[in-house]
Amino acid sequence: MMILAENEGFFSQLMGICQKLSEGFGATLLIFFLTLLFALPLGLVIAAGRMSKFKPLSTLVKLYISIVRGTPLMLQLLVVMFGPFYLFGMKISQDYRFYAVIIGFSLNYAAYFAEIYRSGIQAVPVGQYEACEILGYSRAQRFFKVVFPQMVKNIIPSVTNEVITLVKDTSLAFAIAYTEMFTVAKQVAAAQATIMPLFVAGLFYYVFNFVVAFVMELLEKKMNYFR
Amino acid sequence: MKLLEVKNVRKSFDDLEVLKDISLDVSEGQVVSILGPSGSGKSTFLRCLSMLETVDGGSISYCGKPAVTDAKYVGKAALKEIKSYFSLVFQSFNLFPHYTVMKNICDAPVHVMKRDKEEVRKDGEVLLKKMGLDSKADHYPYQLSGGQQQRVAIARALNMKPKMLFFDEPTSALDPELTAEILKVLKELAEEKMTMVIVTHEIAFARSISDHVVFMDGGVIVEQGAPADVIDNPSNDRTRAFLKKLEQ
Repeated sequence: MMILAENEGFFSQLMGICQKLSEGFGATLLIFFLTLLFALPLGLVIAAGRMSKFKPLSTLVKLYISIVRGTPLMLQLLVVMFGPFYLFGMKISQDYRFYAVIIGFSLNYAAYFAEIYRSGIQAVPVGQYEACEILGYSRAQRFFKVVFPQMVKNIIPSVTNEVITLVKDTSLAFAIAYTEMFTVAKQVAAAQATIMPLFVAGLFYYVFNFVVAFVMELLEKKMNYFR
Repeated sequence: MKLLEVKNVRKSFDDLEVLKDISLDVSEGQVVSILGPSGSGKSTFLRCLSMLETVDGGSISYCGKPAVTDAKYVGKAALKEIKSYFSLVFQSFNLFPHYTVMKNICDAPVHVMKRDKEEVRKDGEVLLKKMGLDSKADHYPYQLSGGQQQRVAIARALNMKPKMLFFDEPTSALDPELTAEILKVLKELAEEKMTMVIVTHEIAFARSISDHVVFMDGGVIVEQGAPADVIDNPSNDRTRAFLKKLEQ
């Protein structure tokens, strides 16, 4: 009887943890999808700037990428969160915390995506450009018809890596006290004096990434119609 | 009628002068072969003619319309018009890997020349049949042999309805069996009086197909004339040495 009761306590505790983490998981999902929504296209713009023949622009973009890649995302989040107040004396509303998370993540991931895009674009053989030239394609046609589809195929493995990292990086939002799953897990762990919530959070991330890897693999297969 | 007139073309890469004062005329229906050792500048010459490289000196005109005059290129619109007079077939095919054979052939005529989609497709079907590839319309380039890919590339060039065609070593990436396929296609085009300039290492083929043979070495045209003269009775030492090397 004792053992059963103990087990019941364990399960109800576990269920309680899962329920609390699920609430935070919504915020994690939101960060994840909004970051991808903004960073994926923004990366393309940054890549275009990085590869621009206009030297001042490409140098500026290179500097931007270098800073973003060379400093911790956690620090960048703090700068986005508190920069407007400390640097410009702007009044920060409570809502801004969420915006800061999305802005910080998007600016950071866009820089990484930009470099991935650049590698994918540069992997398109020069002969493809020459064929476009001979056939009379405009620059826009060349990019959207010929370069972009081949770039997408080239970069899927690298993008998968980056997206998986993003899943785990969402936990950094705690740095500016935005409540996502990991923040909840730490709070529950502290309140109940157990590390179980952290293990459960780890499991959540793992399952999430399992799904991400699965979806990306499907995408990779879908792009296998050409070589 | 002269389709192409080239006068005193020069081209350098940094300090290396690749083309030194090249002049050449090509008339309608003429087949011109350009022979010469590696590094003689023949591919660079073809790339200058097809505007993939810019010349540093000299003039080029198509159908009497100047494209370059003393290294000065005409305006964008005029150049675009002139570029539609010719097409180029590459050594490495350069098909679009993500397009089917049919789309490779039809995309540019529809989206660049703005021709009617159905009409272009019908032309494409005729061309594929001619190339013996009518069963491959829905295949992707990687599913084809090198010879088949090159035939698709030729069909792609022809579907742009150019007045003349350039070939940059069209068989150099192919083994002998596949080379024969391509040479057969070129021969048919020659019989149809397609104007062609062909950079090639296939001497026997050049002799049988060409009206005019040009031998280049060291960035200059060393010798040119009828194939029987240049290939069988070369008067220049360098031509003789080159041909002799090939025989061995």
